[in-house]
Amino acid sequence: MSEPVVEIKNLVKSYRRGGQVVPVLTNITFNIAAGDYVALMGPSGSGKSTLLNLIAGIDKPDSGTLRVGGVDITALGEAELATWRSRHVGFIFQFYNLMPVLTAFENVELPLLLTDLSARQRDEHVTSALAMVGLADRMEHFPSELSGGQQQRVAIARAIIADPTILVADEPTGDLDRVSAEEILNMLDLLNRELGKTIIMVTHDPHSAGKAHTVQHLDKGELRIGNSGAA
Amino acid sequence: MYYLKLIVRNALRHKLRTGLTVLGIVVAILAFGLLRTVVDAWYHGSEAASNTRMVTRNSISLVFSLPLTYSAKIRQIDGVKAVSHANWFGGVYVTEKNFFPQFAVQGSTYFDLYPEFIVPPEQMREFQRDRKGALVGRKLVDTYGFKIGDQVSLRGTIFPGNWEFVVRGIYDGADSKTDTSQFFFQWDYLNETMKKTAPRRANSVGVYIISLASADRAAEVAAAVDHEFKNSLAETLTETEQAFQLGFVSMTEAIVVAIKIVSFLVIFIIMAVMANTMAMTVRERMAEYATLKALGFGPGHLALLIFGESLAIAGFGAAIGIALTFPVAEKFGTAMGSLFPVFFVTPETLYMQVAAGLIVGAVAAFVPCVRAARIRIVDGLRSVG
Repeated sequence: MSEPVVEIKNLVKSYRRGGQVVPVLTNITFNIAAGDYVALMGPSGSGKSTLLNLIAGIDKPDSGTLRVGGVDITALGEAELATWRSRHVGFIFQFYNLMPVLTAFENVELPLLLTDLSARQRDEHVTSALAMVGLADRMEHFPSELSGGQQQRVAIARAIIADPTILVADEPTGDLDRVSAEEILNMLDLLNRELGKTIIMVTHDPHSAGKAHTVQHLDKGELRIGNSGAA
Repeated sequence: MYYLKLIVRNALRHKLRTGLTVLGIVVAILAFGLLRTVVDAWYHGSEAASNTRMVTRNSISLVFSLPLTYSAKIRQIDGVKAVSHANWFGGVYVTEKNFFPQFAVQGSTYFDLYPEFIVPPEQMREFQRDRKGALVGRKLVDTYGFKIGDQVSLRGTIFPGNWEFVVRGIYDGADSKTDTSQFFFQWDYLNETMKKTAPRRANSVGVYIISLASADRAAEVAAAVDHEFKNSLAETLTETEQAFQLGFVSMTEAIVVAIKIVSFLVIFIIMAVMANTMAMTVRERMAEYATLKALGFGPGHLALLIFGESLAIAGFGAAIGIALTFPVAEKFGTAMGSLFPVFFVTPETLYMQVAAGLIVGAVAAFVPCVRAARIRIVDGLRSVG
């Protein structure tokens, strides 16, 4: 493993519910090496999704430092953070979060609209990405015309299309049957092994976590001792 | 093009909702255009007025007449180029619902003061030659089928009796603002009949029409004419033709104001409907907007999508509403007959309709756009439409 691509130090996060402050993460400190495949596990309410959101830059901590790819993202303003996300983070959501009125091709193309690529270049990238996830023959299909597993593969293609620094996956197999789930996990494994993608995945499924190299356990907002999963 | 594609597809996502909203906008913009056209029609008389024409009437009320002898005195006032006279006749053609303006005019001079009434010379000659001749406007021809040579009977109300006329000419308007719903006949016919049937009412004129040598001298000439007849039995009030026409409008100003208010209320109501549509739409798609924000799209992109969709729906509805305004206004104008002799959709009304459509679309999108821009990504991703 190489230099850390994610450096987390004394991260604290809480939410306000009515007049009450609810602590979610308490002094989280750990690093993620470039090319690592990390699973964040823990019971419901342990703060694993919150931690993932902070790493992905879609939420801000109350205190602590969080560097991703050498950038202190806690110091970025909203607009800068949005730009940073578009270049450095690939998202894979539990419920795919595809645009229902866009085809598979157009959904994957979305992140590239924020780049300077020409239309022809975007076409080439998208075609290549969809071929990589095995959906070259489904490019013109809308999400409603695809199975759950196919939709998640479109989401993966969208996540990798801009060659991001990290891939964040929040329960990527949570809405899939066992066969489709296995396909997705294999695909993530492929992205990690062959393309060297750094993957951070939240899961409550030990089988899914078993695909990761490193498993970090959270409980009541605190990090328990991590261990490597089966590579 | 990508964003346009997304906007159009989103607008068509809920076809029933979008269709009903568009229908509402069509009706609202159409109603707005029609009401504004009615307001314009109310003022057409004053807008078509010439700035070199003035009207002299009895200062007490238009109901009271002026002596025929005033004509020669008015003609001699400095600044007066020509003078004619006319009486409102107010007769009934067949039934009361067939209303159109009827004037007894000095045939030899009246039409020199109204160059916007276009009459073929030979027809004008026949009209002036025949004491019972009548000149009818093109709109009356289209409505009642009058032809040259037709005998027309009017039942007098202000001037009792059955009055027989022969159509000797048909006049057209120089432009679309000219009223071609009027019926003109010889003042001499009226006066000679009054001498026999009601001598005390003979040699009485309803109004004098004055042609000015220069429009700049309107105030001066008006003062001079009224001064000439001050302290007489029939004092005069002389005003520009536009002021004279506006006097009629002011009698019904409350109605005009009410119509204007209703026209804007219609737009306000559809704005509320459209705002509700966009609020529901954005609420349902909050997870999608949160996803776009997560991917790096900023508030500007979201605004483009939301405003774009709102303006597309409102614009489409407005375009149809505007297109329908023309045939509906034409049918309405025809149905109204002489009540609105000049009735057409003006460019200003079109601009107002376009502006109304744009404002509806923009205002409806504003609050939903702000909500989408402000929502925290994590909250948006959790939302269920």
